[in-house]
Amino acid sequence: MSNRVVNILVPVISIIVGLLVGAVVMLVSGYDPVKGYIALWNGIFGDSYSIGNTIRQITPYILAGLAVAFAFRTGLFNIGVEGQLLMGWLAAAWVGYAVELPRIIHLPLAILAAAVAGAFWAFLVGFLKARLNVHEVISSIMLNYTALYVTNAVIKSLSDGGFKTETVLPSATLRAQWLRDMTDNSSLHLGIILSLLMVLVMWFILEKTTRGYELKAVGFNQNAAEYAGMSVKKNIILAMTISGVFAGLAGAMEALGTFQNASIKAGFTGVGFDGIAVALLGANTPLGVVFGATLFGSLKYGALNMPNAAGIPEEMVSIIIALIIFFVACGYVIRLGLQKFGSKKEGN
Amino acid sequence: MSGLEILYFIIPSAILYATPLIFTAIGGVFSERSGVVNIGLEGIMVVGAFVGIYVNLEYGAAMGASVIWLAILAALVAGAIFSLLLAVAAVSFRADQTVTGVALNMLGAALTIFLVKLIYQKGQTDMIANPIRRFEVPYLSDIPFFGRLLFHDVYSTSILAFAVAILAWFVIYKTPFGLRLRAVGEHPMAADTMGVNVAKMRYIAVLISGALGGIGGAVYAQTITLDFSASTIAGQGFMAIAAVIFGKWHPIGALGAALFFGVAQTLSIAGNQIPVIQDIPAVYLQILPYVLTILALAGFIGKAIAPKASGTPYIKGKR
Repeated sequence: MSNRVVNILVPVISIIVGLLVGAVVMLVSGYDPVKGYIALWNGIFGDSYSIGNTIRQITPYILAGLAVAFAFRTGLFNIGVEGQLLMGWLAAAWVGYAVELPRIIHLPLAILAAAVAGAFWAFLVGFLKARLNVHEVISSIMLNYTALYVTNAVIKSLSDGGFKTETVLPSATLRAQWLRDMTDNSSLHLGIILSLLMVLVMWFILEKTTRGYELKAVGFNQNAAEYAGMSVKKNIILAMTISGVFAGLAGAMEALGTFQNASIKAGFTGVGFDGIAVALLGANTPLGVVFGATLFGSLKYGALNMPNAAGIPEEMVSIIIALIIFFVACGYVIRLGLQKFGSKKEGN
Repeated sequence: MSGLEILYFIIPSAILYATPLIFTAIGGVFSERSGVVNIGLEGIMVVGAFVGIYVNLEYGAAMGASVIWLAILAALVAGAIFSLLLAVAAVSFRADQTVTGVALNMLGAALTIFLVKLIYQKGQTDMIANPIRRFEVPYLSDIPFFGRLLFHDVYSTSILAFAVAILAWFVIYKTPFGLRLRAVGEHPMAADTMGVNVAKMRYIAVLISGALGGIGGAVYAQTITLDFSASTIAGQGFMAIAAVIFGKWHPIGALGAALFFGVAQTLSIAGNQIPVIQDIPAVYLQILPYVLTILALAGFIGKAIAPKASGTPYIKGKR
């Protein structure tokens, strides 16, 4: 079996096994898995309203997945997407309601603000790693919580003690009436176009630019990159910052598209952590991220239909997603199994 | 409040908040010392908290106040079993430890709420009738100042936590087992050459971290929240990881860090009753543990250096 086939088979097998184990969990809990999966399916594709909202859910997942995938490709683990997303969310919402500008400037400015905020939060991680040798996983986990509490405090003071900011102005919203009309008033917004554009951007940076080549080289082998005259430190900081741009944009999707404001949160949105799942499933390639985001975004939104239609708690789907990540992470064993299976066939 | 009264208020409360962190952080020390990064401590604590509350609700009526020990024991077992997923993936299957930890966190959060909805038909459990209660230590509480400060309103679980930390120090630094544990985390190949079973040591270490993380969750739920819902454990596990690092991967260091974070948590929650502190916005106290951890790692507060092999799977015969 060629490497390429194995690389595709590992996530596919993980998804199938994840869904099967999910069915077993439902069966053991006294639920009907067939009814459950039908409810899930209908929650995703049931009508144009569901499809619209599913795409809306996929939008931030693509960007969060890109953020994680981009960092992975450059040898970094960005587990801080959650915090960068929150910073971007707040920045976009604030620019969205606090300034008055014509739409052609206002919307890009609000999106840019989110990108800058996310980039800054990730830059800190890159800087700490490059200059002070702080492992990025630990610093970004710590910065996640810092971001959560800081954004909550800022939102509280911006809203004079309230729990959410003002609604973003029509000149900064990502919502479009024609999209809503098309999907029976779902909350589908223009962000999906931006996120697909960013998929191209990531592909372009990594595959078509010298800088992207350097970033990947540093990710592959720091010593070799250093020997070839590349600055490892500069590339680490740059890689984290670009990853943060994607994460910040995911926040802009929530601020300007889905929610139209920023509100105080008791805990994380989960989008950042799900981004890890998306990137992993997509093998850290831009196109793979689109597939990963489509799968997990659909599952996550479709799950909301499960309690009503089948009486199954929506957490069932989160269990399945966690299992899929677990299986993908254990890819070594799946590969081993596939190789044995493959060589046996050839032997015969 | 006078200075002394403030102290009498802050210190017992800080120990209360620190106790679950101590258990979990000591677990983290074991796991990291063996070379396995356990990001899944948060998920393990969630599982421990759920099992603790479930057992307490289920057997509380029959057993009365002593049910807390059964609940803690059950959480210990559940945490260890749950952490087995990490051990199998990270040690046997060579999976990425951080990714597996993230999966564990997701699975813990989702599975427990799923079970709550399945068992109780609602999103959170009832309040427990038999929480872990404070008690006064006889004789010791009569010591002037320290008696009132440390032994007047104390939880048995807090005393246990201190004992576990000291025991962990003894095990890690004074026993052959501890030497092997540290060797496996620093240089697994050298340890392997000397006949130490690397995989077995790492399995044991991860299971210990799961057991202690489970206890941490059960203690938190039975002393602070008194019920179980999606927001019961919100970052406690990650704060325990912070305590491991801030404590420089040393059990007593982790104990000290957990106590310090306990003070920070107390001040952020109850600071508005204390003069001077009430003028500091709560957000600064909330982010304090996390910012301090970064500073500690950056070398501003003494350099924190991780066990050398931490985070990398050991593959026999690979150099």
